Amino acid sequence: MIRQFGWNEFLFLLEGARWTVVLSLLAFTVGGALGLTVALGRTSKWKPLRILMATYIQIFQGTPLLIQLFFVYFGLPLLGFKVDVWVALTIGLSLHTSAFLGEIWRGSIQAVPDGQSEAARALGIGYMHRMVDVVLPQAFRIGLPATISFLVNLIKGTALAALLGLTELTRSGQLMANITFQPLQVYGAVALIYFFICVPLTYCSARIERRLNAAR
Amino acid sequence: MNYTFDFAPVFAAWPTLLEGVIGTLRMSSISMVFGLSLGIVFMMMRMSKLPALRTIAISYIELIRNTPILVQVFFVFFGMPAIGVRLSGEQAAILAMTLNCAAYAAEIVRGGVQSIRPGQIEAGRALGMHSTDIYRFIVFRPAIRAVYPALCSQFILLMLNSSLVSSVSAEELTYFAQTLDAQTFRSFEIYLTLGVIYLVLSQFVSVALGIIGRVYFSYPAK
Repeated sequence: MIRQFGWNEFLFLLEGARWTVVLSLLAFTVGGALGLTVALGRTSKWKPLRILMATYIQIFQGTPLLIQLFFVYFGLPLLGFKVDVWVALTIGLSLHTSAFLGEIWRGSIQAVPDGQSEAARALGIGYMHRMVDVVLPQAFRIGLPATISFLVNLIKGTALAALLGLTELTRSGQLMANITFQPLQVYGAVALIYFFICVPLTYCSARIERRLNAAR
Repeated sequence: MNYTFDFAPVFAAWPTLLEGVIGTLRMSSISMVFGLSLGIVFMMMRMSKLPALRTIAISYIELIRNTPILVQVFFVFFGMPAIGVRLSGEQAAILAMTLNCAAYAAEIVRGGVQSIRPGQIEAGRALGMHSTDIYRFIVFRPAIRAVYPALCSQFILLMLNSSLVSSVSAEELTYFAQTLDAQTFRSFEIYLTLGVIYLVLSQFVSVALGIIGRVYFSYPAK
């Protein structure tokens, strides 16, 4: 007797969706912290650091996420770390996130008018306070829509975890499709779950962007 | 760290990798062309006066843009046979990538079309131009030119994303690399080489698209 795709099977997919969300949030948090460092390095006065960060960003933007994940997954054990798939994916997705958010935030930092940091410098405010209290809050506003769009991309990117064998939403879909032999319904349902996770964020991002544009 | 790096098996397999590169470029360029064309159709539907067409286009675009391309590939490859459409790995890959690219291209091109000021079209009409000519020379071409950089990054992203159609055994670069991995167990070396190849490929595609853009949009600006 082959199982039919019904309510219980749908709940199984939702179970998988939980890990999709957890993985996305984890990568977004860690990647965000790293990304801020990348953005600050990319806008620093010190040229070698700028070049280094530009190269870092270029590497991640010029290679497929799948290859980055494979690279971390197979590379870390060579350095002597025993990694489980969760750790490898978190590291891989975080590095990916840091490069993309770094580039987005670099743009936002540079979009803050020069007069702002010049005024802060004229008042004798040091780099740390100039950034934290003057530039970054304004940059945050400018970069918010793009950051949320990237979060949507990241959530979609976690689907690749399925190819490394982590049972998140897409992998749950694969398993369920194999059990029920109803791939059309199962992948349709998987797509819908992703859709309902991502759409509110996309909507938010579009709204904030419209409001920022109206303000200008 | 006591691991001896050995790139010899990877380099020895260069004909296979080259075949993979060709596969990647073939599938992604076909998807780019079809994707852009289909995207323009969706863009026109999206901007049409008929609410029904607009709704269809918006639903399609949002559905594609808010789901992972991997799920779209699975849906086409594993799901379509259920309704009687059996596709090979490569056909499914190209179809999925085309459908994916179309949604993004539609939104990008729409941005360009909206940037054309109405005065331009009115001027064309005042000169007695035919409406198809107005659309072609006054709306469409300048619109594409305005958003060409965004289209290019979308195309490069598509090329990079094509790496995951290896999961439905479409024979592109990552597919061959995984086969090579299974034969030699030199995972680290293989994926390092693969990363370098993709990096070079993305630069190459970027330059190639830049040249195409310069040739196609070489008419006087402003």
